[in-house]
Amino acid sequence: MTTTSLPAHVPVSDADPFAPDVLEDPAPLHEELREAGPVVFLSRYGAYALARYAHVHAALVDWQSFPSGAGVGLSNFRHETPWRKPSLLLETDPPRHDAPRVVLERVLSPRALRRLREQWAADAHLLVDELLRRVAGTGEFDAVPSLAQAFPLRVFPDAVGLPQEGRENLLPYGDHLFNAFGPPNELVARGNPHIGRLAAWVDAQCAREVLAPGGFGAQIWAASDRGDITPQQAPLVVRSLLSAGVDTTVHGLAAILHAFAANPEQWRRVRAEPRLLRVAFDEAVRWESPVQTFFRTAQGDVPLPGTVVPDGEKILMFLGAANRDPRRWERPDEFDLTRDPSGHVGFGMGIHQCVGQHVARLEAESVLTALLERVETIELAGAPVRHHNNTLRAWESIPVRVRVS
Amino acid sequence: MGTGRTAQPAATATLLVAEKDRVADDVVALTLVEPGGGRLRDWAPGAHIDVVLPTGEMRQYSLCGDRFDPFAYRIAVRREEGGRGGSAWLHDSVRTGRLLPTGGPRNTFPLVPSEEYVFIAGGIGITPLLPMLAQAEVLGARWTLHYCGRSRASMPFLDELGRHGDRVRLHPRDEGPRLDVAALVAAAPAEARIYCCGPVAMVEAVERAGAPRPAGSVRAERFSAAQQPAPVRDAPFEVVLARSGTSLTVDPSATVLQALEGAGVRVLTSCGQGLCGTCETTVLEGRPDHRDSVLDAADRAAGDCMLVCVSRACSDRLVLDL
Repeated sequence: MTTTSLPAHVPVSDADPFAPDVLEDPAPLHEELREAGPVVFLSRYGAYALARYAHVHAALVDWQSFPSGAGVGLSNFRHETPWRKPSLLLETDPPRHDAPRVVLERVLSPRALRRLREQWAADAHLLVDELLRRVAGTGEFDAVPSLAQAFPLRVFPDAVGLPQEGRENLLPYGDHLFNAFGPPNELVARGNPHIGRLAAWVDAQCAREVLAPGGFGAQIWAASDRGDITPQQAPLVVRSLLSAGVDTTVHGLAAILHAFAANPEQWRRVRAEPRLLRVAFDEAVRWESPVQTFFRTAQGDVPLPGTVVPDGEKILMFLGAANRDPRRWERPDEFDLTRDPSGHVGFGMGIHQCVGQHVARLEAESVLTALLERVETIELAGAPVRHHNNTLRAWESIPVRVRVS
Repeated sequence: MGTGRTAQPAATATLLVAEKDRVADDVVALTLVEPGGGRLRDWAPGAHIDVVLPTGEMRQYSLCGDRFDPFAYRIAVRREEGGRGGSAWLHDSVRTGRLLPTGGPRNTFPLVPSEEYVFIAGGIGITPLLPMLAQAEVLGARWTLHYCGRSRASMPFLDELGRHGDRVRLHPRDEGPRLDVAALVAAAPAEARIYCCGPVAMVEAVERAGAPRPAGSVRAERFSAAQQPAPVRDAPFEVVLARSGTSLTVDPSATVLQALEGAGVRVLTSCGQGLCGTCETTVLEGRPDHRDSVLDAADRAAGDCMLVCVSRACSDRLVLDL
């Protein structure tokens, strides 16, 4: 809350994007912000909001004007001490961002993931078979714990090379991290008592000797042996995997499972044409935007349509609103497999675009391919329940009913 | 851009020559911008672009401008006497206002983090190192540059380098003895990263002297190294989609992606420039002509995947897992 006077020529909103009712259903606020103008001042937080696709996209790619080094949450690292050591990926600008990014991009590249494809497909079949056996009577289950959480937790920690013990810390750590990008509200307060312990566990997993040979973690350390990053950077790059690689994929999977359960005709379509699957996941990421928002900080006085954002002010980019901007998308609120979702900003855009997007796609492809083989229809069996997070659009529970083919 | 028989599929951006300046004997610097005034693709020190010649051949030039300026690239071109004509064409025929098809940028010579750098440039090999010096400055690293050339008049960017004081050591051949690069490398602190770009003999001397150092300590780029050739084929090729059995013909003027889209085959893409890897597609048969910035030498040699937004075929036929 660095600004005391309201800026001229900019629509002002006193809405709280992090209030429980908005987190429950952000669509009305998104529409209000998009229609108010290209830039809206959020008086409650003294931040500038972008909600239209064109402007969110432009801000995402312009790392010179909208750097990330002062934090990608509301907290401004120019004035405030970050709660943890800043990420070398997410919260770092060029040139320091370059080397860690190159290393992680390589470790998580589609070809590097190819060696996991068969194993993950087999794991997904086992998981789905077990699940369907367990619910054979009713065909009803909660898709969040049974699939959206179970699959990433089954394959991702192994791929990183984490020990078995303590993996239950991953989801609450990620949940708090993504809450902490928002204001210090009730959601953050709820996590605060536990975060010291969780963060200590996560940090301890980043050490070379903890990580199994051959995994993503060991490959990051191997990059430091080659001099591509320093030994001081290696544990922080591993930490990025553990921070951003679990909750996000859980909510991405939940998004597509919900999308199909809520749109049974789209499941019929993908069953008829299974190669729509890969596009389906990106359409679900567009439609749901599991990562809803990120902040940037103005570097110098940055002109935006109708205003100038003063140096050091925070800009909040509404990825979820951009992904449903009718200026960019036809029938934006429909989950539609005939759509080409290319260019959505659900993974961000530009130099910070999600480095793990190929991991997320492979996880989704694995689970959905296994489901497609066994499940003829899927529908909601009850009202799904949201999980509130300051940054993530998440589900607590998605009761579904399936008919096995 | 219908320029006759020459295919330009790998040219991923057509840029405008905004400025052309002589910066040393036989060296011109070109400032390239996006014709509409938009952002150019991001790059980091060590990156180069491809410039597509009227023959369809390509030449690589290191970006030697300011990466914080998203609106302009700078390259510097030495006229190669007895060369294959690319540099002469850029010197003699390309004027400001001309549109140049380009590819990239891609980076096979990245600056890795270190507290100390020793930069060694031979002649036009200064170009990839210039942005590295700027970066070392931003990072607060210790660095020195040893810059060799025939004579001061032949060495570009001496004016820009002047502000760095005695961290820049000039070694014009007509003023003194040849730089003993082996001794220089031997004397460098153990933790220093040594970057060299120059003629093959210089690079090899640096690499020989650096051999006992830890892996990754010495990084070099030969500016006379193998140029990326023009697209291997200028004739159409066949793409067979294994899952559907469909067969398509890709004309020289179209990308594989365009041909797929034309046939109603949906492939997810993001950057459309061979940078992000989103459209990577498994190759089951045939040999791809890799034109992307993502795959490394081992990936290319394996030949089992390609980025369909920019890459093409060496063989008459590719079978894709689509």
